[in-house]
Amino acid sequence: MAMPLGLGNSYYLNVLVFVGIHSLITIGLSLLMGYAGQISLGQAAFFGLGAYTSGILSTKFGVSPWLALLAAIFVTGGIAFLIGAPALKLKGHYLAMATLAFGYIVYIIFNQASSFTGGPSGFGQIPRFRLGSFVFKTDVHYYYLVWILVIIALLISLNITHSRVGRALRSIHAGELTANTMGVNTAKYKIQIFVLSAVYASVAGSLYAHFITFLNPSPFGFHFSIVLVTMVVVGGVASVWGAMIGAALLTVLPEYLRAFQDYDILIYGSILLLIMVFLPKGLFVGIFDLVKKRKNR
Amino acid sequence: MSLGSQLLQYLFTGITLGTIYGMVALGFNIIYSSTGIINLAQGEFVMLGGMMMIYLTTIIKLPMVVGFFLSILIVALMGALFERGAIHPLKDPSVITLIIITIAASILFKGGAMFAWGKETFSLPAFSGEEPVMVLGATILPQTLWILGIMAATVVFLIFFFGFTLTGKAMRACAANRTAASLVGINVKTMVLLSFALSAAIGATAGIIIAPIALMDYNRGTMLAVKGFSVAVLGGLGSNVGAVVAGFVIGIMESLGAGFVSSGYKDAIALVVLLLVLFIKPGGLLGSREKGEFKKF
Amino acid sequence: MGPILRIEKLEKSFGGVTAVDGIDFEVNPHQIKALIGPNGAGKTTIFNLISGIYPITSGTIRFKGQKINGLKSYVIAEKGVSRTFQNVQLFENMTVLENVMVGRHCRTRSGLFAAILNSKKTRAEEKRIREYSLEMLSFVGLEAKRDEVASSLVFQQQKLLEFARALATEPELILLDEPVAGLSVPETDEMVQLIYRIREIGITILLVEHDMGMVMEVSEEVVVLNSGQVIAEGTPRQVQNNEAVITAYLGKRETENASYTKS
Repeated sequence: MAMPLGLGNSYYLNVLVFVGIHSLITIGLSLLMGYAGQISLGQAAFFGLGAYTSGILSTKFGVSPWLALLAAIFVTGGIAFLIGAPALKLKGHYLAMATLAFGYIVYIIFNQASSFTGGPSGFGQIPRFRLGSFVFKTDVHYYYLVWILVIIALLISLNITHSRVGRALRSIHAGELTANTMGVNTAKYKIQIFVLSAVYASVAGSLYAHFITFLNPSPFGFHFSIVLVTMVVVGGVASVWGAMIGAALLTVLPEYLRAFQDYDILIYGSILLLIMVFLPKGLFVGIFDLVKKRKNR
Repeated sequence: MSLGSQLLQYLFTGITLGTIYGMVALGFNIIYSSTGIINLAQGEFVMLGGMMMIYLTTIIKLPMVVGFFLSILIVALMGALFERGAIHPLKDPSVITLIIITIAASILFKGGAMFAWGKETFSLPAFSGEEPVMVLGATILPQTLWILGIMAATVVFLIFFFGFTLTGKAMRACAANRTAASLVGINVKTMVLLSFALSAAIGATAGIIIAPIALMDYNRGTMLAVKGFSVAVLGGLGSNVGAVVAGFVIGIMESLGAGFVSSGYKDAIALVVLLLVLFIKPGGLLGSREKGEFKKF
Repeated sequence: MGPILRIEKLEKSFGGVTAVDGIDFEVNPHQIKALIGPNGAGKTTIFNLISGIYPITSGTIRFKGQKINGLKSYVIAEKGVSRTFQNVQLFENMTVLENVMVGRHCRTRSGLFAAILNSKKTRAEEKRIREYSLEMLSFVGLEAKRDEVASSLVFQQQKLLEFARALATEPELILLDEPVAGLSVPETDEMVQLIYRIREIGITILLVEHDMGMVMEVSEEVVVLNSGQVIAEGTPRQVQNNEAVITAYLGKRETENASYTKS
């Protein structure tokens, strides 16, 4: 947290802001994928819904960014509930494809509903967060804002994972039918965690909107949904810490890969493939295991 | 143009689209039936087939017929390599792992194509001339007839292969019951390899025949995969008849939707259909309820 | 009180296969009753119907007079019916204690918001969950293993863990699906003692088993199934000497009544 004092360079702060924003999403996604064992290939849609709702409410309707963020939570959460309730009855590949389809539909709407969203070129002039006369304008301001929220999100997630609900989620992952027979209302918890993960993404989206101050659909498509899943998988599906590591790695990595430009997707693909084949539990847990194995030799 | 002939025009377009979607769906079915895996890289086979054909015929200047079969062969080999490299080494993978691996593979294929051929769109000269034919006030491109014809030939080939050849029957046996199949001496691993190769070949064929009409670029695969999956699910995963019929249904719906409602949203049509089918009757039109529920996942 | 479980005209078909073909029987409170029959007779299917895992085709299942067919599995567990599984279904990557704590779920309330806020009340409830679960573990003798991962237990211990988890739901009726399958003779004896102890704390037991010696020793009443139908019901002795039962097990031959007595 004390880092900005040592970092004079705004570029690094900027990257850290994005690491924070991405971490928010991945922490939520890791609760869904790691603990509850469900998959979402459309998480970018919730990120986008949060961003656009915040953006539209604050520009077209003059709503204060804080209220817009709150409203975005309800809108995104509501949509997540409507989609989640039927979708989470599906399993495995069916669920994955349903989330993929949902994500794509939202992306298409962002592109087509130009009167609201400005279409493919989007819109700008999104106001920044302010507290009284203080405006969250610079990278330093945003760094603190974002990371305070990440810490809150982290605490919330850790509380959940160590609770009765967290246990219920893990039992669903371990054996949904058995969990049900043992008295766990699996449908309810799956939906709850799905909506929660969408809310995390929504907050991240609002933060994004009021930081960049302009929006277009391109960050909110299937490509980013896959990047998010990669982040979670790389870090370690069953770990909120892993989710943050994954977010950090895959936010920073593209900065180094700038030379490769569009070939970043090749790198993502390769990383994904290598991790899934060799370290399916992710870096965090995988390396842990490897170290353990070494010790036991 | 009168409404009648407009309708007919859309119908023809719809049938053309439907054929392609149907073939992608057939590809899904083949791998799904033998292995229970949904290959999210299916769309890339289509893209690769088209791109390879374009490359071989327009750049290396091979004759069309040679290019046709060579492209299919090369892509089939890629499918086989994919299976060996990414699927075969897995030990009892979870659904999430499989999904992510096929997505990773699709990303790599896409990246590879972009690396090899760049980001522009390419086109292929039609197989037998560009002069549209007038039918009842609407135009049909001769290419459409090629598409229908080759699709029909593919379907006949598949019926023959699965119904009358030993290998085909062996693949069906694997699909029905892996353990039993291996107990009667069927080399399940080879069948799995073959199913990927065959699926890739069919995808490639679809890519080649659509290239003259639809233009090919490295990014074409994803949307095709999602729509192809919609078709497969609508027709009932694993049902080849269903895939063909559902292909036409969705193709025509998309064409009519694009023509009469809005062309911007046309991609969303197949997606919405997918969601509706998954939410209401996952077994698809020609499948049963239980089939949808009790399948592997 | 009337019967704690009443099955009436129960039928279940899977597509063309009729697994359960019109079954009637009752279980009285505090009884130990057994369901036996050759493989494929429909025993585990009946358990799955009672637990709400499969929907019934027709008939009724009443628990304490209330119809439970058609209810979701977790609701049935809440009402007081719990079970163990034929092929042990533990939450493999969770610890022994955590497995049992999941069983407490239907008797506790802290939801998502409570978890997020982590209030004193929530923490107190968590403490009670933990304590109760530890009690269940010592009831079955697994207390020492409480922090081990469930998949690391040996087979008998895994079965005991399933018992503990089922007991944690505070059931009034417990369905035991082949509780001693795969156990050695001394392990079987231990399991039998455990079953008696479960009955002693007031729980009714319905079990499915193939080990005839164990069944005849432990049960007060036995229901014999074959091909989805009840072919006999009565005390172990009555059932052992029943013609239809002998035929079902041994075929239509004049053979000595196989004596399955405990050695």
